Formats: sequence, structure tokens, C-alpha cells
Amino acid sequence: MSLDVTHPRASGTTPLDVDAIRADFPILSRDVRGGGRLIYLDSAATTQKPLSVLDAERDYYLTSNAAVHRGAHQLAEEATEAYEGARERIARFVGGQPDDLVFTRNATESLNLAAYAFSNATAKAALGSALPEGADRFVLAEGDEILVTQMEHHANLVPWQEVCAKTGAVLRWVPLTPEGRLDLGELDNLVTSKTRVISFTHQSNLLGTIVPVEPFVRAARSVGAVTVLDACQSVPHMGMDVEKLGVDLVAWSGHKMLGPTGIGCLWGRSEILAAMPPFISGGSMIEMVTMEGSTFAEPPKRFEAGVPMVAQAVGLAAACDYLDALGMDRITAHESALTARALEGIAAMDGVRVVGPTSTEERGSAVSFVVDGVHPHDVGQVLDSSGVAVRVGHHCAWPGCRAMDVPATTRMSTYIYNGLDDVDDFLQALGRVRQVFGAH
Amino acid sequence: MQDLYQEIILDHYRNPQGKGLREPFEAQVHHVNPTCGDEIDLRLHLDERDGVTYVDDVSYAGQGCSISQASASVMYESLVGKTLDEAMTALARFQEMVQSKGEISGDEDTMGDAVAFAGVAKYPARVKCALLPWMAWKDAVVRATEGDAHG
Repeated sequence: MSLDVTHPRASGTTPLDVDAIRADFPILSRDVRGGGRLIYLDSAATTQKPLSVLDAERDYYLTSNAAVHRGAHQLAEEATEAYEGARERIARFVGGQPDDLVFTRNATESLNLAAYAFSNATAKAALGSALPEGADRFVLAEGDEILVTQMEHHANLVPWQEVCAKTGAVLRWVPLTPEGRLDLGELDNLVTSKTRVISFTHQSNLLGTIVPVEPFVRAARSVGAVTVLDACQSVPHMGMDVEKLGVDLVAWSGHKMLGPTGIGCLWGRSEILAAMPPFISGGSMIEMVTMEGSTFAEPPKRFEAGVPMVAQAVGLAAACDYLDALGMDRITAHESALTARALEGIAAMDGVRVVGPTSTEERGSAVSFVVDGVHPHDVGQVLDSSGVAVRVGHHCAWPGCRAMDVPATTRMSTYIYNGLDDVDDFLQALGRVRQVFGAH
Repeated sequence: MQDLYQEIILDHYRNPQGKGLREPFEAQVHHVNPTCGDEIDLRLHLDERDGVTYVDDVSYAGQGCSISQASASVMYESLVGKTLDEAMTALARFQEMVQSKGEISGDEDTMGDAVAFAGVAKYPARVKCALLPWMAWKDAVVRATEGDAHG
């Protein structure tokens, strides 16, 4: 089953001009650790920000800053326009409608918003409290099942464990294969009439594996389960059309796609968002308030209590402009070439092993690896001494590490501003690691 | 980087002293570094002779980076055979040094191999690696002595 919608073929695209791109990211020209060139290979954790994103945020503060959706003055009007304009721009970036896009603090909050819809609906239903029409899809009974995968980031695992602890639902998961793919043959056994939620990652932040969406959607539809997609590692790297994916909710963060920190997104099908009870409550998310009780606004406002992160939304919209100007197909092709070089280089090295798929087939640009006899943390430290910035540890995917039988990994991940020179410098530094530790 | 990976540290990493869990013990603790997944199981054996409490054994097992593993080995050498008061002083000295951001280089006469960890202080992300076994030991002391207090 190919996924042409979400994984455009790399052929026929013109290469990115990495030098020109780097000029837009001043941080990349700083030096580190006493004079070395910064080789930033940690974009799966967070990306650097181009000047246009910083300028957009600054311009907003310089010219239009005000609290949105209130205030009878011109600045408030302009701020509201900037905020809602950003919503329209970001929705367009992923192929969705603006009213279906909720702004959150980050992807973790987006996934919690989805998870809390279930625990809040269940708690309210038990007391007979008011719920939106259609909320019965979110009311769980003891023994109902929530399905995730063994490769989830903690952000798409712990919130569901919490839902289980509050409702009596049972967590199940699709296991990993030794190659770092999902054992999708198990899907038919794992999805039962009791399955109410299937929440899964689009691309593993630990292994780089791209997960096919279609089998999950098909299985969920056969039993009426709600589908949630963690798209943190896919939205920044591939063209997305959320409406065509077939899932109900999609979560991602702004800071992994050139945007500011402090803003995340949750896209949802309108009928799904409309059926969800609120998460964080307070100002701005209400329809009417009396001392006895309140009714709530329609989505997306229902889920955006308090003064929102306007400057960050404006910055993220500028990031969408930047990425679209480059072209998501070209970005995917560029990263695929860098990933191929990294995988080949590591394969040629004694005592170094990739944890996850070893070819670029259905694989993103996060490459985890382990070095025989040297702990991942020490590998990262040696790379850092050559100016190579990578991430070490369990990458907030501890169960995935255990399933792959490693305590932790070192991970390099590329983005638009990395070139083959970065990958080659990384490989050269990696070659020195075993020397330093005298591992044989 | 040589500041961090001194030869003494790499030696302890390659040939850890006192590793392995042993009997007897009064307290056993399990500590993790949740950001990187390093783990240590540590057992403490105290004994009282002539009214003085001695650290008779510290045994440990676990997995982690060179810094946390070497630190456990150095801790074993620094603490075993000392009185509990001397051991607590050694902990305080070590903790003060690695948390000093490089201000305190440590005294080799009183600290022995532990002074090799002075360089860790300049790498904030690694301070918690160096402290993992020591904090586990401190916790074990609290548990072992609390047990006494409650009879």
C-alpha cells in the first residue's frame, strides 16, 4: 500500500541551495567548543529559525501587539487578524480548514487535549453532566481498549496510560520488529470491538521509521475507533494533506518546522472536534457564563482558553511560507539524499550499528545508532567536541529502546540547512569515537 | 574534552572497582537518570564497632555512560572502609566540586581519584551522570539509618 499523498516521490526535483538557506539562519555561523564550526544535526529535537520567522514575530510585537478577540481598538483588530490569518496559513500548509485547527502550547499539549477529551467525557457522563452532541464516542467504559504502538514518544504514550488509569480502559500496543518497523500483521488481532482509540506516530523520532497510515485508518473504521496521529516528525519533512489521510486528529509542534517554541497544533475533523468537551477552561473558550455554570464556544475557540500565543502563531505562519517557498517535495528529496549518505557511511564503519531501518525506504531523516563498547552519551560528547550537535538518550521513547534492546542511542537528524558536508564531518567525527575510548 | 575524559576516569570505566551486588546489606536502592536512562542498583552495608558506624561495603550494578560508571567505581574506593561521618564528608566534597561550574578543582590528598571529576563541572549536562551513584549512596544511607531509628 503506497502513500503517495503523504510521501511524495523524490524524483524530478531541483536540489536545495544549502548555502543560500544557511545564510537565513545566523545561528549556524556561530562557532562552538572553542572555535569549531557548528554542525547542527539535532533538528528532530528542534530546528533552528530563519530570519523571516524572527522578523515576523518582531514585526507583530512592534506594530500590532494586543490581546486578540477582545478590545474595541485598532490594535486589537490587527492582532486578531494576524492570529486568525496565521491559523488560515498554517491550516493551508497541511491541507486543512482554519476552523479545524486548534493552537496549543506544543504537540504534547495537543495529544493531551485529545486524551483528556476521553477522560473528561467519561467523568462527566458518569455524573450526567452536560456534554457536546456526539460526545458518546469519547465516553470510555472499563475494559475498553486504547491502541498505541511500541515506538511512541512518551507524549503519545503517557497521556493514554493516564486515561486508562482514570477510566479503567486497557492499553494495548502494536509491537516493534527487530528491524524497527511495526508488526502490522498483529493489527487485526489487536483491533477489536472494544478498541475506542488508535493513537500512533506517523514517523518514529527514535528510529526514523515512517508508519503507513492506511492500515490503521481501515482497522479503526471497521470498529468505529477514533484515530489520533502524532505527526511531529512528518509535518516538517513531507507534504501533508490531513483531510486525505483519513485520521480524525493530527498533532504536531511548531518548533520542529522552523517555527517558534510555545506553539503546537491539533487539527481535527470538524465533527470530531465539535463532539469533544473542553480541556483547559477559562476565558475566551466560553459561550455563556453564570455563577451556576457555563456553556462553551465552538471549536477551535473551545480549546483555546486564555490569551493565546499570537506572536508564535505569526512566526509559525512565516515558517510555513519559508517551507512552501522551498517546496516540501524538494525538502523530502534533500533529506533523503543526506540520510542515504549517513546510512552508507555508518554501514561502512566497524563497530557502529544503526538502530532502525537501514535503507531510505519508508524512512525519515532521524538516524539512531550505537557504538560497540561506548555509551551513547559518551558518543555524543565526543561528537560535540568536533562541533557536531546530536541528541543522546532514550529520546522520550524508552519502551521503544527496550524493544530494540538498547539502553539508549545517539541520534543524528538533518534538515534543510544541512548539506553533505555536515554528514561527512559527522561521519569523520564518529570515526574517532572508538579511538578515544580505546574500544576494540 | 580531555578535561572530561581524564585517563583516570577511562581506567575506572574499563576496570570498575567493587562492581556487583553483594551480601550483606541493610539498604538497597534503585536510581535512574530519567533524561538519559542510566540506572544503578546500589546496596549499602554499615557496621558499628566501638560506637562508630563504618561503611563496610558499597556494592552496585547498573548501566550508563563512562562518567556515571567511573563515578560509581571511584565512589566505591572513596567510601568503603571509612566511617560514615568521613564518607558523608567525601560525598559533600565531591558534590561541591562537580557542582562548582569549574570553580573548585578538588584536593587530591583528601579526595584521591575523585578529583578527576573536576572537569565534569564544566559540562552541566554531565554533572548528573557523575552524581548518580553518589546520590543513590546518600539515599541508601538515609534508608539504612532510618531503619535503625525505627528499631
